[in-house]
Amino acid sequence: MENKKTVMDADGIDRSLTRMAYEILEKNKGVEELALVGIRSRGVFLAMRLQQKISSIEKKEVPLGILDITLYRDDLQSSHPRPLLGKTEIPFSIDGRKVVLVDDVLFTGRTIRAAMDALIDFGRPKMIQLAVLIDRGHRELPIRADFVGKSLPSSLWEAVSVHLTEKDLSDDVIVEIK
Amino acid sequence: METEKNTRKLDRKDILGIKELSVEEINLILETADSFLEVSTREIKKVPTLRGKTVINLFYEASTRTRTSFEIAGKRLSADTVNITASTSSVVKGETLIDTARNLESMNPDIIVIRHSAAGAPHILARVLKQSIINAGDGAHEHPTQALLDMMTIKSKKGAIAGLKVAITGDIAHSRVARSNIHGLTKMGARVFLAGPATMMPYGMEKMGVTVAGRIEEAIEDADVVMALRIQTEREKQCIFPSLREYAAHFSLNKRNIGLARKDVMIMHPGPVNRGVEISPDLADSASSVILEQVTNGVAVRMALLYLLAGSGNA
Repeated sequence: MENKKTVMDADGIDRSLTRMAYEILEKNKGVEELALVGIRSRGVFLAMRLQQKISSIEKKEVPLGILDITLYRDDLQSSHPRPLLGKTEIPFSIDGRKVVLVDDVLFTGRTIRAAMDALIDFGRPKMIQLAVLIDRGHRELPIRADFVGKSLPSSLWEAVSVHLTEKDLSDDVIVEIK
Repeated sequence: METEKNTRKLDRKDILGIKELSVEEINLILETADSFLEVSTREIKKVPTLRGKTVINLFYEASTRTRTSFEIAGKRLSADTVNITASTSSVVKGETLIDTARNLESMNPDIIVIRHSAAGAPHILARVLKQSIINAGDGAHEHPTQALLDMMTIKSKKGAIAGLKVAITGDIAHSRVARSNIHGLTKMGARVFLAGPATMMPYGMEKMGVTVAGRIEEAIEDADVVMALRIQTEREKQCIFPSLREYAAHFSLNKRNIGLARKDVMIMHPGPVNRGVEISPDLADSASSVILEQVTNGVAVRMALLYLLAGSGNA
């Protein structure tokens, strides 16, 4: 039996991102005060793609930041050797902005908790929203996404992996029995 | 494009010297430090990463830069940092190093940073204690965090270390900074040239993979990096050179001899600078000087080490 299934291909990902770009603009009534912050690593590429889509729809640039949440993780006490630390680059003030956090998969919600704590160390955003390509359920914290590419009910023994050509060989989402 | 980094890790309890580090470990530390630079530019210069961890700075020798740098690094990571200076501690009552260390251990710190005038003191602690030990300078042996911040500064300015010509000038014999940098820079593929008075040049330095130059001009010629070492007046009890003036006349970096180096040469000094002795004041303050960037990078390097080591001792 095949234990590997492609649930989204390149076109599917692109269509979802296009819809999410429109939804972000609709909900925020344009790009005023808007900023995108991608969570390392694949959230960054998704945020870049959303930024492009938004700018081609509205003809306006939305500022883009990169967030590494490693220093805010809640499992660092027990993780040795340490996870690799990437750079955080938020080259604009987030004070008073509507910040859309972007990540590939929403699962337990712990990454997003860490991302919100990190973000708030940079200032006081007017609002934080969440955009994810895949919501696979199994939340361990009271967190939900505002913009979802695909809701994918999954079991805990399945692995959901998002591949993006910026980092991987192809654009697709794969579910695999572990 | 990011490479797959999951296998990259610093799997050791202590940082005692550059000699035992691999190129991969050095690169990991430098890249981690590079990521930490940003934290010190924030308005809120603090991340919660080492909440509840305790770092003890045990300094048996005078220090401003290194001790402050470790303290700030610990605090920016939310660790509790405690400074112990030998002159105000039980050391003056005659307590031995190992007794002091065992007593500190009983208070359950996570990392002990030690500077000591005796080479090997950090190694003794690393053997005796379960905590992580970081060497902040042991005698004339090693000063690994200084070499790491120097390499970080070179890498950030020059892009890479491999292939560069680096001149290290001055008191090689007493310098743990020189020894750590020689280990590090040669591992990373730089060509290292040493220059200094014969009385300050140990025999057999060539065995470390460096070239010993007869005159300072030979070391500086076409150099990408020139690192002047401090004349350690506190260690020069026996007369190694006639006078500071005579030393300066032959071995000071100045506008004249630096002209032999490459146009884009970077000038480094581990501090504290004896102005007019190792380096002329105008050069120390010139656009080629990266002395203050070294200090900024020092905090980031120490944050990286505290981050990478914390937890390894008790795990």
